Amino acid sequence: MSLQTISYSPINIGRWLVWLTFVALLILAPLLFSSGGSLSLLSLMGTIMIFALSYNMLLGQSGMLSFGHAVYSGLGAFFAIHAINLSASDSFYIPLSLVPLVGGIAGLTFGILFGYVTTKRSGTTFSMISLGIVELVFACSLMFPGFFGGEGGVSGNRVFGKALMGVSFGPQIQVYYLIAAWLFISTVAMFAISHTPLGRIANAVRDNPERAEFIGYDTQRVRYLMLILSGFFAGISGGLSAINFEIVSAENVSAARSGAVLLFTFIGGIGFFFGPLLGAIIGVLLTVMLSEITKAWLLYLGLFFILMVMYAPGGLASIIMMNFRLMANRLFIPLLPSMLKVTSAGLLVFFSVVMLIEMTYHLSLESAQGTTIQLFGAQIDTAQSSGWLIAAVAFIVGVAVFLRSRTSFMDAWDEANAEIERRIAGSGR
Amino acid sequence: MEFTVISLLNGLSYGLLLFMLSSGLTLIFSMMGVLNFAHASFYMMGAYLGFAISKTVGFWPALVLAPLIVGLAGAAVERIGLRAVHKHGHISELLFTFGLSYVMVELVQLIWGRAAVPYPIPAELDGPLFTLYALAFPMYRAFMMLVALLMLLVIWLLLTRTRIGLVIQAALTHPETVEALGHNVPRVFMLVFGGGCALAGLAGVIGGNAFVTEPAMAATVGSIIFVVVVVGGMGSLAGALLASILIGMIQTFAVALDWSVLSALAKVGLSVSPEFPVYRLLSITLAEVAPILPYMLLVLMLIFRPKGLLGTREG
Repeated sequence: MSLQTISYSPINIGRWLVWLTFVALLILAPLLFSSGGSLSLLSLMGTIMIFALSYNMLLGQSGMLSFGHAVYSGLGAFFAIHAINLSASDSFYIPLSLVPLVGGIAGLTFGILFGYVTTKRSGTTFSMISLGIVELVFACSLMFPGFFGGEGGVSGNRVFGKALMGVSFGPQIQVYYLIAAWLFISTVAMFAISHTPLGRIANAVRDNPERAEFIGYDTQRVRYLMLILSGFFAGISGGLSAINFEIVSAENVSAARSGAVLLFTFIGGIGFFFGPLLGAIIGVLLTVMLSEITKAWLLYLGLFFILMVMYAPGGLASIIMMNFRLMANRLFIPLLPSMLKVTSAGLLVFFSVVMLIEMTYHLSLESAQGTTIQLFGAQIDTAQSSGWLIAAVAFIVGVAVFLRSRTSFMDAWDEANAEIERRIAGSGR
Repeated sequence: MEFTVISLLNGLSYGLLLFMLSSGLTLIFSMMGVLNFAHASFYMMGAYLGFAISKTVGFWPALVLAPLIVGLAGAAVERIGLRAVHKHGHISELLFTFGLSYVMVELVQLIWGRAAVPYPIPAELDGPLFTLYALAFPMYRAFMMLVALLMLLVIWLLLTRTRIGLVIQAALTHPETVEALGHNVPRVFMLVFGGGCALAGLAGVIGGNAFVTEPAMAATVGSIIFVVVVVGGMGSLAGALLASILIGMIQTFAVALDWSVLSALAKVGLSVSPEFPVYRLLSITLAEVAPILPYMLLVLMLIFRPKGLLGTREG
């Protein structure tokens, strides 16, 4: 008598739906936002999305806070631009659509090299060493102008060889679809990695390294492998950015670039796989659009980041998912009044702070161009006290209302979430 | 000879300045487990406050007032910010100080502008202390060393000879026991954080006019003091002192020497033609690699002695 096992795995409709929506969005995005500027914005977002996802393989999945992730994407970008230039001069041939792979392999190689040193330690020390490595590479990049192009960087031309079926990668739209294709492949691959035994044990190493060692895993090795894989995807994103901008400079391997991806990833949310995607969109929008509106954009970005660290450590993704969970459990509506109160008080504080910052900036940096500024559609004279008075009163009132309404909101919020926990525990019994 | 003496003194004064920064960082780290990413920003804040105060009431009041204000700001940051994120763990604390470093640089630019400010050395300290053959050693450098050494003495006396120092030392290793004995450990944390920031602020006041007071100064020195702390051994004050002086010396000597592998080869009678494949690599002078030497030291240290010079723990 033979033993028969029956296996049954249902098609996970929800997951298919999510991935198909992702594909549809990638295809439709340039049709929805069709102006020239938004196309290059979308291309930029695509490269940053891969970068942020690869960063989250370290921070979110393995608990490694790196201040130097731009090393892998930047070096990948340098190798990619040299591959493009060599292909254009016929001394070596690789089709442009595969150039990101060159970047990826470069990122992987440097991951093997630098990761050996950085992953020897974990936690805070790892962070400090990663900062040391990025400074090292940045200083080196200025020292070897032959490869890194010195201050000006290395530029190239992505249109080389014969056009295949009319695709020459000259127009931005073709570059966008190349980026979108690589984004999709990389996202699927990174999602798959997070479900492999390695990805799972990386989570264990993040949560409790001691126990991971007790069950026989070498935590250093796990960190090392995750860093190498993450370097590979960072390199791909670097290769794509080399194709997109056709120029790579020392700024690509700088600590500033590494800090930016940390900000974006964290704001998006490190606890969920899709968080970095969200963070990349918001980060690019903030960087590109906010920097056009105001000179103080980095200050806003920093303050926003600090608020997220203090009050929403799960990032925007967790805020969205928590609210969805409330809605699914029909607990959202009762919370709405207190939530609205808190949000409106928060908005009042936000507007008054923006007003104060903009007026101060104007006084200190642009006072030569007159004393009035345009803010929220109104003319404000920074030389007169009325504007300052309005901002100060709005600030004080906003903070007072916020602090008062926050306590009751937090109580209601905690109570609702505790109720959900009880329901989950109850259904599991 | 005179070059060696002057460079030695310059390196020592720079190293002691680095120690003023890294000592606070190390104390905060070993006590609270918090790596204060914004530590160099407090140094910058000290320099700008020193500039602003010395413009109105003079350098000497600024030397006292600016570190005090920076220390109060640090204590406030600990009380309002860090204590709130403490429950989310060390990564969150590090992220908080990381965000703070962004905000502080922007705030400084908001108030004092993006260019460097003219922060002069006080007139009574301007000029050479002594001249050795043709090389002069500035009086201000000697003053910096004096302040740093005084500070070292005060910290040492405070930590070993006073009651609060004993509590701090005990709280470094056994915070729960200290709390059980009735001491307010969170307040001790706030004190240490504020004190560490005040030290950074003091370094800023005396370093700001010796070097340049500009918004980028925090980033320049920030990664170096991290190297100091790792090379010296995480949490070791003596190690931080040793590493500070070592790195101060390395940086001062390297920028003045134009030795390269090529010149070394020439000395033993070998000459390399420019067609040689790694000619460019061989022709790099020590002065050119000076900026990367601290980081090279960091990497080598991690490979050969991961716990640092005087560190006690690994991992």
